[in-house]
Amino acid sequence: MRPKFPKILKINQSSLKFKSILGLWLVGSTLWASGGTGGFDAGKMIFDHVLDAHEIHFLTLNEGTPQEKHISLPLPVIVYSKEHGLDMFWSSAFHSGGHHAAAEENHPVEAVHGAEEHAGQMAPLSDPSHGVASSHHNSLPEGAHAYGPYILYKNTIYLAENGGLVLDPQGNVLNKKPLDFSITKTVAGIFLAFFILLFLFISTARAYQKRGVAAPKGLQSVLEPLVLFIRDEVAKPSIGPGYQKFMPYLLTVFFFILICNLLGLIPFIGGFNITGNIAVTLTLAAFTFLITSFNGNAAYWSHIFWPHGVPKWLYPLLIPIEIMGMLNKPLVLMLRLFANITAGHIIILSFVGLIFIFASIFGPAVGYGTSLLSMVFALFMNTLELLVAFLQAYVFTLLSALYFGQAVEEPHHPAEAHAQTH
Amino acid sequence: MELVTPGIGLLFWTSLAFLVLLFLLKKFAWKPILQALQEREQKIEQALASAREAEKKIAEIQARNENLIAEAARERETILKAAREASEKMVSEAKEKASAEAQRILDQARESIHNEKMKAITDLKNQVGMLSLEIAEKIIRLQLQDDAVRNEALKKLLDDIQLN
Repeated sequence: MRPKFPKILKINQSSLKFKSILGLWLVGSTLWASGGTGGFDAGKMIFDHVLDAHEIHFLTLNEGTPQEKHISLPLPVIVYSKEHGLDMFWSSAFHSGGHHAAAEENHPVEAVHGAEEHAGQMAPLSDPSHGVASSHHNSLPEGAHAYGPYILYKNTIYLAENGGLVLDPQGNVLNKKPLDFSITKTVAGIFLAFFILLFLFISTARAYQKRGVAAPKGLQSVLEPLVLFIRDEVAKPSIGPGYQKFMPYLLTVFFFILICNLLGLIPFIGGFNITGNIAVTLTLAAFTFLITSFNGNAAYWSHIFWPHGVPKWLYPLLIPIEIMGMLNKPLVLMLRLFANITAGHIIILSFVGLIFIFASIFGPAVGYGTSLLSMVFALFMNTLELLVAFLQAYVFTLLSALYFGQAVEEPHHPAEAHAQTH
Repeated sequence: MELVTPGIGLLFWTSLAFLVLLFLLKKFAWKPILQALQEREQKIEQALASAREAEKKIAEIQARNENLIAEAARERETILKAAREASEKMVSEAKEKASAEAQRILDQARESIHNEKMKAITDLKNQVGMLSLEIAEKIIRLQLQDDAVRNEALKKLLDDIQLN
């Protein structure tokens, strides 16, 4: 975890907010502090929460002792590789039989044996026992778990090479990776959000069908103002006439982001960080980009490829800039949501981490003392994050709507339209 | 690095979940919800419009009622006025008639009184004349008993005849 720190630094700076700076300081100090002790690794704790994982981890009992026990919900692993085809099994298969690398540091792990031992017990979705080499030239580093031809190391599944991992001197893994379509923690969170959204809105829709034009009641009265807000404050002013076409997408994206954001704030359900995952925000931003591009009218495209009122010789300069501008929009959309949510998570976790850092440096008494102040800050941050959850969902939706508006806008005065977008 | 490296599995599942969600919500949630909202807004708009209409109608009816009342009052006034005028006229006519009658009766009375008076005067004159004649006769008789006087009177009478 430690070598990743400077990169996190960069990401946080990109969001350029007070909160990010605060987060940086905190992460920095916690990482530094934890570096000195070795008892509690705040950086690892934080990134275990923020990054995606192949299981939903709730808590660890007897941490640091030989009786260490993880209470977690295994998730299905779905991997495809040319060598081994499609494999499906529970992620618990990686941990079955005490294959915790810490215990086996000294003697190279026989991944094959471990896997074969437990393949039957853990009832894998399919048996990936094929194609496993029996030679044991490579070892498994600390924190790596093997199952069949697969090795789980730092949340990533690698293909075992001679039963182990090949590391370069910097500690980077050189093994090949299978295509990983696993239902990870984040995917599970997305599914959870999926069902929550379906339940919320289909039951609301039922209420509308049942109650007709009567005043809203119950769930309706909670969700209706939000729906109306998206329609009247976001879609109508940003897109103008013809906004109806974009309403389903805008509503879906708003509530999807909102529910995912809120899921990330609930403790004890596994610490989802859905919208703080770049793949998720990339997908959402890509949808906005695709919808914008497919709905772009002649004016929108001609603005990019035939800028008005510009001498021809400037075209080679302007057109690439316009194309970059076009691509920039979804990129910024992706980064903003990702950075805001991740930064929020990191800060809250840092406040919590502070308690354990102080406890591990100065003893439990100081830890308890710190907890008071830490909790006040964490509470404040949680409240702020609640606001951010709504704000970021709103910003994403609003910007999407603005981009759609630009794509479908009919130019009244070409000069003016030109001036507006610059 | 893992933090900013999008994983293919997550891209796939996010896209799939989002597209299915979009499809399902569009069909089963957004459509009925937005439709219901629009319907309700239209209903409210209609209700407001009809309320405005009703208000306008009520105001119109009120104005008409007021007009009617005012008109009725005016009519009543004119009728009353006419009646008053008529009664006044009748009274004055009656008065005139009465006074004319009275005048006529008076005139008649006066005339008859005059006539009676004239008759009485004539009677009186006649009687006075008779009496005067009687008296004059008697006086003359007395006077003519005296010769001298008789002569003289004769003479005088003769003179008068001569003169003529």
